[in-house]
Amino acid sequence: MLAELGLAALWLAAALAALQLVGGALAQREGSGELAALVRPAAIIQGVLAGFAFLMLLWVFAVTDLSVKLVATNSHSMKPLIFKLSGAWGNHEGSMLLWVTVMAMAGGLIALIEKRLPEKTMQATLASQGFVALGFYAFLLLSSNPFERLPMPAIEGQGLNPLLQDIGLAFHPPTLYFGYVGLSVAFSFAVGALLTRQVTPEFARVMRPWVLGAWVFLTLGITAGSYWAYYELGWGGWWFWDPVENASLMPWLAATALLHSASVLAARDALRTWTIMLGVVAFSMSMLGTFLVRSGILTSVHAFAVDPERGTFILILLALYVGGALAVFALRAGHITEGTRFKAWSREGALVFNNVMLSAILGIVLLGTLYPLLTEAFDVRVSVGPPYFNPVGAIFTIPMLLVMGVGPLLRWRGDTWERLKTPVLAIGALIVAVGALVLIFGDVTVLPLLGLAVAAGLAIAAFLPLRGRNLRRVPIATWGMVVAHFGIAVSLFGMASETAFNVEKLAAVAPGGTEQVSDWTVTLESVDPIAGPNWTALEAKLLISRGSGEPELVTPQNRNFWAPPQQTTESALLTRWDGQLYAVVGDQAEDGRWQIRLWWKPFVTFIWYGGILIALGGVLAIIGRVRSDLRRRKGEEAEIDEPEWEQA
Amino acid sequence: MSEVGGTSGLKAKHQRLVLVTLALVALIGAGLLAAWGLRNQVDYFYLPDEFVAAPPPVGQAIRLGGMVAEGSIETLGDGITVAFVVTDQKEARVPVMYTGILPDLFVENSGVVAEGAVDAKGVFIAENLLAKHDENYVPKELEEMSQHQAAKAAQETTIGLE
Repeated sequence: MLAELGLAALWLAAALAALQLVGGALAQREGSGELAALVRPAAIIQGVLAGFAFLMLLWVFAVTDLSVKLVATNSHSMKPLIFKLSGAWGNHEGSMLLWVTVMAMAGGLIALIEKRLPEKTMQATLASQGFVALGFYAFLLLSSNPFERLPMPAIEGQGLNPLLQDIGLAFHPPTLYFGYVGLSVAFSFAVGALLTRQVTPEFARVMRPWVLGAWVFLTLGITAGSYWAYYELGWGGWWFWDPVENASLMPWLAATALLHSASVLAARDALRTWTIMLGVVAFSMSMLGTFLVRSGILTSVHAFAVDPERGTFILILLALYVGGALAVFALRAGHITEGTRFKAWSREGALVFNNVMLSAILGIVLLGTLYPLLTEAFDVRVSVGPPYFNPVGAIFTIPMLLVMGVGPLLRWRGDTWERLKTPVLAIGALIVAVGALVLIFGDVTVLPLLGLAVAAGLAIAAFLPLRGRNLRRVPIATWGMVVAHFGIAVSLFGMASETAFNVEKLAAVAPGGTEQVSDWTVTLESVDPIAGPNWTALEAKLLISRGSGEPELVTPQNRNFWAPPQQTTESALLTRWDGQLYAVVGDQAEDGRWQIRLWWKPFVTFIWYGGILIALGGVLAIIGRVRSDLRRRKGEEAEIDEPEWEQA
Repeated sequence: MSEVGGTSGLKAKHQRLVLVTLALVALIGAGLLAAWGLRNQVDYFYLPDEFVAAPPPVGQAIRLGGMVAEGSIETLGDGITVAFVVTDQKEARVPVMYTGILPDLFVENSGVVAEGAVDAKGVFIAENLLAKHDENYVPKELEEMSQHQAAKAAQETTIGLE
């Protein structure tokens, strides 16, 4: 019954999305007709209905209604409630429903509160939002119905992949989806602005919180995903250039470029066309990301053969959205008049440079990710990994990071070298000095060496925009920039340090035996069987001490889940301020010894601390922007003429 | 510092053009670099029969995919190095050595993808092993293997018929 209610709500929501599309489109032709007046209410109700449908899905998962096919194939009555709920979106149909739900609710929200743009632009924006949503509704209702019933209820569910029974992963995909959806809103604003020729600073200000929000979610999603892969896979790595990881990195790169170019548009009325283009690209990347992951095309091209209907649908949607947007762009971009001009040596110049660098990196990641698909067509199978991505990406990343250190110090419109000579030379000297020190005292390859040196320079450079200013008068958004840029330095330092200095030890150890890794002593006490709610495991008791310090107990496990039957390796981590000790237990050899793998990873945690700082910077920027926009609306325009950007 | 596009009336209109050109140059540069990287820095995938017929150069990173031969898994004296044979279930057999913790579902007669390089003695030194994660997830190459071989067989039997 509840499943049918959810399905009905979904059909109604789809109808409202269609109304939104038609109404918004007609409004462009005939002025405000009667349908046009319905666009905003339709968007709001569509959001409510989609939310209701998703609640119904959560409910059938919560009570493990095994007559629903999706529940029977993805859940199990023995699972803890939180994983029953997360199972609702831990599968293809459910995740698509989550996508469209968040998207519909975001559309409802802008319909409810956004009053700054001309009404026609808003209607065009909501029409675009309806168009995108309609594709998802069609996809759900025609080929991926999450509420499908089984002719005979199953006796027991087939369980959720135990690798996914992890609190981090339960919330990781939704985080990324929120990011993707934020970019879809930005995309709709871009289409709306393009169609109604309203590519203005006001448009950039309206779009910016959505881009920033998307960017914060993507940052958190990527950070969490990286940490998950790090401790759950038991391989000790934090980034594998796996297609699924790349699928989340590409929208992030585009969103990073977009939020910076939107800032230029908002502050200086320049980069109009470029911002629109990036809006289209960012959303295209998030669609590509969703579909590459969800269609399984990258894990296996034969996903098409397995389910041709679904694969074709996915391709059609992708082509419609991206092709449609590019067509609109091609038709209308010529009408966007050129924005304000600027000198090369200016804040805008630095931002443009980094936008281009980000686009180049995006192109490199995109090519590397899709290349195996391309060669597959010629029956040559390759895998593209770190040997490609690291050096080729670094060629563009390092100049970008250097300019990132200097850009915030530059004035808008144009600046002089004289004014910036001192800080730029100081940062340069610091980078060279740190590089030289690392080179002298460490045996380090070129990329981590550059990473350490640039990270040191950036960490200082990030705070230079605050130099000589009354800190209490610094706008929140500027703090956001400082924190985010500092976060990049922190994260880069963690990556470079881990790569340069990590120590690994692999040994077969008899109970009672001791191993040494860096300055850590690890003793294997025993290996015992234990049982959890839906698994049994072999648990190693390792006593770990540093130097002559107190020993601490850590317990890596080898888990056996029984529904479905599967083994996982649970690593154990001992976190210190300056790094992590990472322990994994393997199999038992015939002579009774146990395989133990240990790593000491100096400052590895900084990778994720940096990610959190970057996201925090984004949150501060949203708060700052929204506050100053609100004040601007109260008519204090003279006072708040972009103060966040002007240097003291 | 010259303004991009200049301030003079003649060039004033062209800032956008200059920016577009610069962006295009950078992107084309990125594309060329990527093309170079993709030619030289990717790991090719070998099946056991391909590996035996035309072994890759010593030290070149590749991926080798096949079945773990029955009765071939042997743990060496250090307790952490494992020697086994990857086979295509016919005559091709490739000896593999791996030092590390075995993937969870690494068993005989099951599929495996080994990442690594061949050494001077013709032994494949694996740095990483990818095995089936669970019954739903199979490394891409393994899933395709049967279809790939079928396609090859079909190709061979139709040679000369076209």
